[in-house]
Amino acid sequence: MKERYLPLAATVTVFVALFVTGGIFYKHFFSTLVLGHILADNAFIIIAAIGTTFVILSGGIDLSIGSMIGFVGVTMAHLDSLGWHPLASAVVLLAFGVLFGACQGFIIDFCGIQAFIVTLAGLFMLRGACFMVSLDSVPIRHPFVGVFADVSIPLPDGGFLASSAIVMLVVLVIAIVIAHFTRFGTNVYAIGGDRTSAILMGVPIRRTTVMIYALGGFYSALGGVIYALYTSSGYPLAGTGNELNAIAAVVLGGTLLTGGVGMVAGTLFGGMILGLIATLIIFNGSLNGAWIMIASGVLLFLFIVVQRSLVGSFNIRRSA
Amino acid sequence: MRALTGHRATWPLLALVVILIVDGIIAPGFFAIRIVEGRLFGTPIDILYRAMPIALIALGMAVVIGSKGIDLSVGSIVAVVGATIAWRIKAGDPHFVILLTALAVGILCGMWNGFLVAVLNIQPIIATLILMVSGRGIGLMINLIYGGTDPSFESPLLQGLSVGSIGYVPTRLILFAGLFVALWLLIRRTALGLFIESVGGNAAAANLAGINARLITFSVYVISGLCTAWAGIILTADVHTSDPVSVALFSELDAILAVVIGGGSLAGGRIYLGMTLLGALVIQTLATSILMSGLPPEYNLLVKAVVVLFVLLLQSNNARDAVFTLFRRRKG
Repeated sequence: MKERYLPLAATVTVFVALFVTGGIFYKHFFSTLVLGHILADNAFIIIAAIGTTFVILSGGIDLSIGSMIGFVGVTMAHLDSLGWHPLASAVVLLAFGVLFGACQGFIIDFCGIQAFIVTLAGLFMLRGACFMVSLDSVPIRHPFVGVFADVSIPLPDGGFLASSAIVMLVVLVIAIVIAHFTRFGTNVYAIGGDRTSAILMGVPIRRTTVMIYALGGFYSALGGVIYALYTSSGYPLAGTGNELNAIAAVVLGGTLLTGGVGMVAGTLFGGMILGLIATLIIFNGSLNGAWIMIASGVLLFLFIVVQRSLVGSFNIRRSA
Repeated sequence: MRALTGHRATWPLLALVVILIVDGIIAPGFFAIRIVEGRLFGTPIDILYRAMPIALIALGMAVVIGSKGIDLSVGSIVAVVGATIAWRIKAGDPHFVILLTALAVGILCGMWNGFLVAVLNIQPIIATLILMVSGRGIGLMINLIYGGTDPSFESPLLQGLSVGSIGYVPTRLILFAGLFVALWLLIRRTALGLFIESVGGNAAAANLAGINARLITFSVYVISGLCTAWAGIILTADVHTSDPVSVALFSELDAILAVVIGGGSLAGGRIYLGMTLLGALVIQTLATSILMSGLPPEYNLLVKAVVVLFVLLLQSNNARDAVFTLFRRRKG
């Protein structure tokens, strides 16, 4: 097997191992029903994490995701109360996400300020904007929400793929195509792998950076739209801290935070592992919610250490 | 003029002065300090008072960032420290011992981070993400040890350190000053600061020059853990209870912000303790000003973001040049 597939293989192995373990301990756990629920429940975070994967692959970081999810959700709910069709407001908000991301990318590259700080300001700005739109939880009453919730693809053995999971899988495929089969994708890997070499090779740094963050903005806005439709409401505190879940999903998916190494497909499994842990602990029933945090942390730790000792990320860097 | 715009203290200081001037205009008596019930009282004192926890965390963060690292786990360390304090008080330990235990917990958390970064060579942002994700859970578990339904407590010693005052001055300001001076001496009057900055500038080169980069990296996280534990003691004693879920939420971001407003680069290699304190004061002054101006508190985050972006843009040569050219074109 090629070396660059090792982290992805490790992630998939961990996911399968966890899933089988759950199946051994709990009746009915190992089923397409549970799998479908994990996919649907975590669709919004995985969608956002897919966008983050591009940002992290380029050696950057985007902290504004959680606030973007909250802002998009609460704005959609507000527009709904004004009589907008959810699809119309979704289009407007996706455009907003692209624009906001592009602005962040432009400031990062033009002003030479670290991505961490610029997107941190983005986090504060969007969260502040959430509170200005509404301080309360707002329901989305449009009948489209019901239509959206009813769409599903049945899976064998009684499970089904909910609409949010379908959207997630579709945009995942698009992201894989962008990452591995377009010039833009190659440029992203080039910038993350070695920025100086990328400049020397003639990679258009500014255009690519702006596009990377615009893509990140698009995916996190889409995550917000899915979250709002899935919960059929908007809440100004929604998505708080989700940027770190998204980053954790990307890291669990085998992408290096230093950039240049990783695969978009890994993020799907990284996000599902996080969802699986939460599901396992809920299935147990006697465990406190605090265990979700601790277990996620322990798994993150184990995974990073195993990944490091098995593959040795520095070796991947060199050979990639 | 060039020297003035170039100096790193100019822009943050200017930001602080502008905010203060605006405050002076919108709130008459903003700068009045009087003595009430034997202690200093007034908005400037209040700003200092409230800025202390973040300033403490930011000092540790400045040292970590100087080594090209980052510590995302500070909020979680505060949560663990708070839970430990509440637990040991219920267990009936002498309060002085609890104080030491709390500091030890912070150091322990720092050692864990240091171990991951220095020994296992994990990137700092992920290494500290682990404790950040699980720390609040650990705090909740500690609360569960003694039943967990009522983590509130009374402690004359801890509350004396937090909300008490010595003479006219709040105790926490005096303690902060002491810690600041101690840290400054440690960083600037021993070789340690130089070592940290050289490791942050280029770890491989520092190693070749005979510096034990691993030990230095380890120590910065311990320093951060200690500073954060102190902030945790203040924050916990402030509210007389342990609240692992929401205590010091976003404090890691505020602390990093303070360092960056103070001119520290996340690329490492520089430690500015004084400037970091200035950064923390800018953040708190802003928060207080928004409250005093009568704007709804929900504007706090938005205004904070705008001011931060503004300060950052001023610090960026590229953006400054663009603005200057624009002005010149207008005039010409």
